[in-house]
Amino acid sequence: MGFEKTLAEQNLHLAPLQVETLQVNVGKLCNQACKHCHVDAGPKRTEMMTRQAVERCLEILAAYPQIKNLDITGGAPELNDHFDVFVREARKLGKHVMVRHNLTVTLDPHPVSGRSMQYLPDFFKEHTVEVISSLPYFQEHETDAQRGHGVFEKSIAAIRRLNEIGYGKEGGRLVLNLVYNPVGAYLPPAQAAIEAQFKEHLAKEHELVFNGLFVITNMPINRFRHFLERAEIYDDYMTKLLNAFNPTAAEGVMCRTLISVGYDGTLYDCDFNQMLEWRVNHGMPNTIWDFDLDKLLSRKIVFGDHCYGCTAGAGSSCGGAVVKAGAETPV
Amino acid sequence: MSSYYESKDLAKFGDIGKNRKPLWDKFLAWYTEATATEGALTKREKSLIGLAVAHTVQCPYCIDAYTNQCLETGANLDQMTEALHVTAAVRGGASLAHGVQCRNIVEKLTM
Repeated sequence: MGFEKTLAEQNLHLAPLQVETLQVNVGKLCNQACKHCHVDAGPKRTEMMTRQAVERCLEILAAYPQIKNLDITGGAPELNDHFDVFVREARKLGKHVMVRHNLTVTLDPHPVSGRSMQYLPDFFKEHTVEVISSLPYFQEHETDAQRGHGVFEKSIAAIRRLNEIGYGKEGGRLVLNLVYNPVGAYLPPAQAAIEAQFKEHLAKEHELVFNGLFVITNMPINRFRHFLERAEIYDDYMTKLLNAFNPTAAEGVMCRTLISVGYDGTLYDCDFNQMLEWRVNHGMPNTIWDFDLDKLLSRKIVFGDHCYGCTAGAGSSCGGAVVKAGAETPV
Repeated sequence: MSSYYESKDLAKFGDIGKNRKPLWDKFLAWYTEATATEGALTKREKSLIGLAVAHTVQCPYCIDAYTNQCLETGANLDQMTEALHVTAAVRGGASLAHGVQCRNIVEKLTM
């Protein structure tokens, strides 16, 4: 096995295309501690992006009009004290802002300060933030098995609150997308098929709506890798990913159009490389302090065997499947 | 011999095509079309039927393959368990339905 070798065998040269999205991890603090979390986030983590680093990211966004999207992730990114400023100022710059929102953070008090986070839905609405929220399954058992006891019930309550203020309605300007990832060591279903099931069940059983469902493959790193190793199925899972390698999905991998920023300002090719601490390589500027988009476009993306997770089946990215059902080209 | 069934042997299924390949190719094309595509039935529904049949024929390879396929098409354990109950009920019902034969014979032989 070897991802670079597979690319060579398929005659695939995956060079950067553009930086359309700056994906910023503002910290590892989270009110949850999910079994599959590749960030190893949780209530006891202390890593946080500073105000200075947030300001620098805003300078980068202002300097490069080709970076159209700011994708804020964590941990639970809302728990960073500078989160509100980051969103507000990025919106003033005209950027599309996406927040990886775990839903329950609205209902739990801040794990460190204890302050209420109930203002978040209205804050998202005020700044027209695209809300992207994990919900592993439309049933309680599967969701709680992955994300912790009681998470499903709280998630339903949080989606209800978002729906009440206008999020998730078809054709509306307030977008609520959900994220599905398998509750175990198997590949995700076809995105359109599982989205239809989610929509049917959440509407019928909870009278909830959402816009789209992103399907993401579990990456064999950190906490999920430990689960695979404990169950002695790491090799089986890697074989499954390798057997499902899809060259079309490979062409559309997200690292070709995105730069990932760590909480300390280090640059990575994607969020997964960030968690492995594989920074952008080959002499490129590798922090926000020496960010140079032109140089970064000439970089060689750093690949590893975990990249098979992004190229299996219909592919996987932070925006869900890479290849639409029946399509021969990436989404 | 330790065991007739090893899960890693499932990966060798394609080796059947090393002999009389045209027969294998026809089987595989038909099998894939029948079990792994969206049609009048969804792929998830086909996976649940496959799981039920796998338990009927009690093939460990098929149970492994269709359990995975059920999960990978979004089926949950409630749905999979119901499919197994359908299998068990039809099998049990088939035994019981043959009780009609028993009753016919009893009727014929006794006064």
